Amino acid sequence: MSEELVGAALIIGGGIGGVQAALDLADSGFKVYLVDSSPSIGGTMAQLDKTFPTNDCSMCIMAPKLVSAGRHRNIEIISNAEITKVEGKAGQFKVTVTKHYPYINPQKCTGCGICAEHCPIEGPNWFDENLAPRKAIYVPFPQAVPLVYTIEKGMCIGCGECQKVCSAQAIEFKPYDEESRVIEVGAIILSMGFDKFKAFKKREYGYGIFPNVITNSEFERMLSASGPTGGHIIRPSDGDIPKRIAFIQCVGSRDAQLGHGYCSSICCMAALKEAIIAQEHEPDIQCHIFFMDVRAFGKEFEEYRIRAEEEYGIKISRNTRVAGIEEDHATGNLIIRYYRETKNQEDELVEETFDLIVLSVGMVPSDDAQRLCKKLGVKLNEFGYCWTSDFSPLETNVPGIFVCGTFSSPKDIPDTVAQGSGVAAKVGSLLSGSRGTLVSATEFPEEIDVTGQEPRIGVFVCHCGINIGGIIDVPTVTAYAKALPHVVYAEDNLYTCSSDTQERIKEKIKEHRLNRVVVASCTPRTHEPLFRNTLREAGLNPYLFEMANIRDQCSWVHMKEKEKATQKAKDLVRMSVMRAALLSPLPTQKVPVKKAALVIGGGLAGMTAALEIAAQGFPVHIVEKDRELGGNLRRINYLITGSDPKKILHEMIRKASENPLIKIHLATTVENISGYVGNFTTTLSSGEKIEHGVIIVATGGVEYRPKEYLYGISPRVVTQTEFGKMLAEDKIDAKTVTIIQCVGSRNREFPNCSRICCFTSITNAIELKRRHPETTVYILYKDIRTYGFNEVYYTEAARLGVVFLRYGEDSPPFLNENDGQLELIVKDQFLMEEFIIHPDLVVLNAAVRPNPDNERLAKMLKVPLTKDGYFLEAHMKLRPVDFATEGVFLAGLAHWPKLIEESISQACGAAARAVTILSKEELEAEAVVSCIDESRCRGCGRCEEVCEFSAATVREVAPGVLKAYINPALCKGCGACAVACCSGAITTKHFTDEQILTMVEAALREGVA
Amino acid sequence: MTEQYEPRIIAFCCNWCSYAAADLAGTSRLQYPPNIRIIKVMCTGRIDPVFVLQAFKHGADGVLVAGCHPRGCFYVHGNEKTAYRMEFLQDIMPMIGLEPKRLRLEWIAGSEPDKFARICREMVEDLKKLGPSPVRGGIF
Repeated sequence: MSEELVGAALIIGGGIGGVQAALDLADSGFKVYLVDSSPSIGGTMAQLDKTFPTNDCSMCIMAPKLVSAGRHRNIEIISNAEITKVEGKAGQFKVTVTKHYPYINPQKCTGCGICAEHCPIEGPNWFDENLAPRKAIYVPFPQAVPLVYTIEKGMCIGCGECQKVCSAQAIEFKPYDEESRVIEVGAIILSMGFDKFKAFKKREYGYGIFPNVITNSEFERMLSASGPTGGHIIRPSDGDIPKRIAFIQCVGSRDAQLGHGYCSSICCMAALKEAIIAQEHEPDIQCHIFFMDVRAFGKEFEEYRIRAEEEYGIKISRNTRVAGIEEDHATGNLIIRYYRETKNQEDELVEETFDLIVLSVGMVPSDDAQRLCKKLGVKLNEFGYCWTSDFSPLETNVPGIFVCGTFSSPKDIPDTVAQGSGVAAKVGSLLSGSRGTLVSATEFPEEIDVTGQEPRIGVFVCHCGINIGGIIDVPTVTAYAKALPHVVYAEDNLYTCSSDTQERIKEKIKEHRLNRVVVASCTPRTHEPLFRNTLREAGLNPYLFEMANIRDQCSWVHMKEKEKATQKAKDLVRMSVMRAALLSPLPTQKVPVKKAALVIGGGLAGMTAALEIAAQGFPVHIVEKDRELGGNLRRINYLITGSDPKKILHEMIRKASENPLIKIHLATTVENISGYVGNFTTTLSSGEKIEHGVIIVATGGVEYRPKEYLYGISPRVVTQTEFGKMLAEDKIDAKTVTIIQCVGSRNREFPNCSRICCFTSITNAIELKRRHPETTVYILYKDIRTYGFNEVYYTEAARLGVVFLRYGEDSPPFLNENDGQLELIVKDQFLMEEFIIHPDLVVLNAAVRPNPDNERLAKMLKVPLTKDGYFLEAHMKLRPVDFATEGVFLAGLAHWPKLIEESISQACGAAARAVTILSKEELEAEAVVSCIDESRCRGCGRCEEVCEFSAATVREVAPGVLKAYINPALCKGCGACAVACCSGAITTKHFTDEQILTMVEAALREGVA
Repeated sequence: MTEQYEPRIIAFCCNWCSYAAADLAGTSRLQYPPNIRIIKVMCTGRIDPVFVLQAFKHGADGVLVAGCHPRGCFYVHGNEKTAYRMEFLQDIMPMIGLEPKRLRLEWIAGSEPDKFARICREMVEDLKKLGPSPVRGGIF
C-alpha cells in the first residue's frame, strides 16, 4: 500500500464556493483544510448587501454556512495564510502553508473586540472598500469566521495597548511575522475567486479624480446596514443624499483594448439589484443604468429586469458605451453625454447630469492566484483565469488539482455553489478509497434529562445589525422578556447568529441551568438548525428551542411604525416563551441508509451524476424514458470549442453501460415513489421495484415548437436545432440566412430568457461563415447574452461579418412569404432604421421549455415547480441543487436552461450532495411525528383514512381489539390525523394542542402571564 | 364603538408556503399593518377548528388560515382537509353571533409575498369596517 491516498483535501480560498466544497467533503468523510488569505472566510459574498433575484440579505443567508464550516469538526480553517510550497502528486500532496501575523492565539481570542476599541491606530479598511477606517487590530466583519482578531503588521505601531486590555491574554507579540506548517492532502481545490477591476485604469470615467464616481463594490458597502455609512447612500463629496444615480456597465469587461474581452456575467443583474435597493432606501432616488446589452439570463432574472423597469421605474439605456464623464466643479455633479433613441428616425445627443455615478467594474483574476498557479503548474487561459474545458469544467490540467467558482470563469453565486459541490464530487471520486480515514464522527455531549424540571428559559434578542434594532427597541423587548414567567435570563445581541454568540448561549445555558432557549431574531426557516445545534452542543435536546420571528415578520414589514413593531415584538416573544415552557425533548431516531441512488433522466446531467456517484463506490439506477441514453446532447452536432459532442456522448454512454455499479433502465418511467431520505422505494413502469437512499432529478428540457414566423408553413423556416443538423450534414443552400432570437421566450407569456440561445446561434453562425464566407448572416436579437468567455465568440462572429440587428421589446421582426420569397422587416434599435431582408433561410432560435413530465414527477416527489414549470430548488442562491425535501437533488435543464459545462458542474454538485447521504451508515430521522395514546384509541380508522403517507394503520392488537399505530419512519408530522381523531388519542409532537393554544392565548391576552 | 379600534388577528400559517410568503414579504420589505400575530404549524391540515374558536374566545377579531395552493400542499391534501373544516366552521359561526367574514381561508404560495401583505391589509380594513368581535372578552 505504498500508493495510499490521503483522505484529506486542501481548499484554497474560503469564499462561498470553497465553503460549499468544504462542507460537502467534510460531510462525506474527508478531512478539509480551508485556507484563506484574509482573516475570515466568506469571500466577496460577505461584502454584498443583497443578492439578486430574491433580494435576500447576503450575510443572513450566508452566515449559517460560514458558522457550519467554522464549527465542523472535519474542517480546519487556516486564515491569514498562503500556500508557499507544493510537492507530490494526486492522492499524496505535501503542502506548506504559511500563516501571517500569528500574534493572536485563536484558542484564546474570544472575539470580544475590546482590543480594537483601545487600538489607537486607524487605517484603510479593505472590507468596506476603504469608505471608513478600521483599527490595526480587527475582524473584517462582525460575523467573521473564525471570530479571531488579526493585527495588521504594516499598520501596528507596537504600542501594546491591545495586550494590556485583553483579559483573555490572547495577544502574543512575536519576533517573527509568519509561521509555516506542512499538511498532507490527497487533492487540492482552487477557489480563489476574483479581484475587482481597478476602475482608475479607465481614466475617462474619472474614478479617483471625481469624488462622486464610485465603484459598484463601494456602493454595495454603502447599501449594507452594517456597512460604513450604516446603510445610507451618500455622496462622498458632501455627504448629501444623491437624487440622480447613473450606473455605467462593462467597466473593465467586454473591453478588448484592456485585454478583457470577456463579459463578467454578473454586473447587469448586480446593477439592477443595486438600483432597486437604492430606490427602496430613498424613494426620491432615480436610477439610470447605461448598458451595452442587458444580460439577465439566469433563473427568473428577466422578470427581475422587468420589475426594475416597470415597478421601480428604473431607466435603462442599451447600446450605450458612455464615452466619458465630466464634472461640474462647483457642485460636484457629473455630466454624461450619450445618444438617446427617439421616436423619429434621428438619434439625439443628450446630456444628463447625475449626483452620483456607480461604475460596474468587472471581474479580473487575482495576481496572487495567477502566481500560485505558476507554482502548481496549473494552466491559465488567455485572460489569466484557470483553464478548463467544456466537458471537464472542474478539472485543471494537473491531476489531483481541481477548480471551482469565479477563478475558472466569471459566474454568479448559485453557479459557484453548484461548482463548490461539484468539485467535492471530483475530489470524492479521486479519494474514495480513503474516505473516513482522517475524520471522526460528530459527537454531542450526553443530553441533560430535563423531565420533571421547572422550565428555566433563556431569551436572546437579536439586533441583526440595524435590521431589527433600527426599528424595534430591542433593549425594551429584552427587559420585557426578562419579566416573563419562567424566564431566568435574557440578553440582546448584535447578531445572535454569530459564532461568538453561539458560545455565549452555551455558557449561559450552563451558568443559569437553562432548560429552554428562545431566540427572537429572523426566521426559523433559515436559522433554527443553527440554534438547535447550539443547544445540542450544550447538552440540551434540540427541541427545547423556540424562535420568535421579529425581523422577517415584524421589523421588516412595519418599518414605519416603530412603536407598534416593538409592541408586536413583545407579543411574539411572549408567545414563544409561553410555548417554550410547554416544549418537551424529542428523541432523535436513527434510520439506516439504503446505499443506492436513483437518477431520473439519462441525458448529460443524469449520466454525469450517475458516473460520479458510481465513482465514489455507490450503486446507481438511471431511469430514462427514451430507448437510448443521451437526451438533448444527442441533438448537438457541433461545439465552438472544437470538442466533438458525438464522440463524448458515445464515450459517456459506454462508460455508464460498462460500469458494474450503474444499472440502466431504458424506455422506462417512474410510476411511484414512496419513503423518505435514506429510504426510498420506487416502482418503475416495468414493474420493477428499486430501493435507494437518494434521488437526482435530471429530466432535462425541450425545444419550443414555434407558432410564429411561418414555422411549419414555410419550409425555409427552421428551428436552431434543425439548423444545427443541416449544418452538420452540410445541407445549407442559402445566400442569406437570418437567425431570429428569443422565439418563445422573453415574451408576455414566457417572460424569462432561455440563457443558451445567443451562444448557440453565434456558434452556428460562425461555423456557417467559416464554411461559406460568402453567405450573408443576420442575427436579429433583443440583447446578445454571450456571458463569460463566450463573449469572444460574439466578437469573432462580428469580425467574420455576421450582421447583428437589435429589435425592440415591442417591435418584433415581421416575416412574410410572397411567391416563395421570404421578406423580413425589422427595425434596428441602434440606427432606428427599418431594414427589409430577403432571407433564403430563417432560423428561429426557439426557447428552451421545461419538460412536460415535470408536473407529474413533481407531484410524485412532492417538490415544487416554478411558474414556468421548471423544478424549484430549496434556495435560489445557496442551495441550487437541493430540494427542500431532503434526499432529493436537481441537475441540468430540469432546473433551468444552461450550457454543457454548467449542466456538468451542476450534475457533479448533485452527486456530491447525494454522497453526503450515501456515505453515512444512518441518518437522524424526523422527530416531529404523531403518536397514539392507545388507551384512548377506539380503532375507528379515521387516522388511517386521512394519512397521505400510509403511516397510520389500524391493527388488531388482541382478538377483536383494534388500535391505530403510526410508523414514525413514515410519518411526516403534518398533524392531519390529530385533527381527524375523534377521541383525542393522537398527539402531534412539537405541535400539540396545548402548545398551539397557549400561543393563541398569549397572542391575545397581553400580560397573560 | 369603532373609533380607535385596532383589530386583533391570529394567522395560522403552514411552514412551507404561507409562512415562507410571510418571510419573503419581510425580505421584500412589503409593508402591512402590525395587527397580525402568526402562529406556525407544519401544515394547515393541523389546524383544528377548536383552535379557531379558541382564538375568537380569547378576543381575536379575525382569524386567517393560510396554506399552500390546492395541489401544492407539501403534505398532499392537508390544505383541502382544512378547507372543508373551515368552510363548515364559517357555516356555523352565525349561530354563535360571529360574522363568517371574520374567518378567512387563503392559499398563499411561498413565492407570493405580495399576496400575503395584501391579504393582511385587506383583513385589517374589513375588520375595521366590521367592528370589534361581538364575542371579544369571552362571551361563550
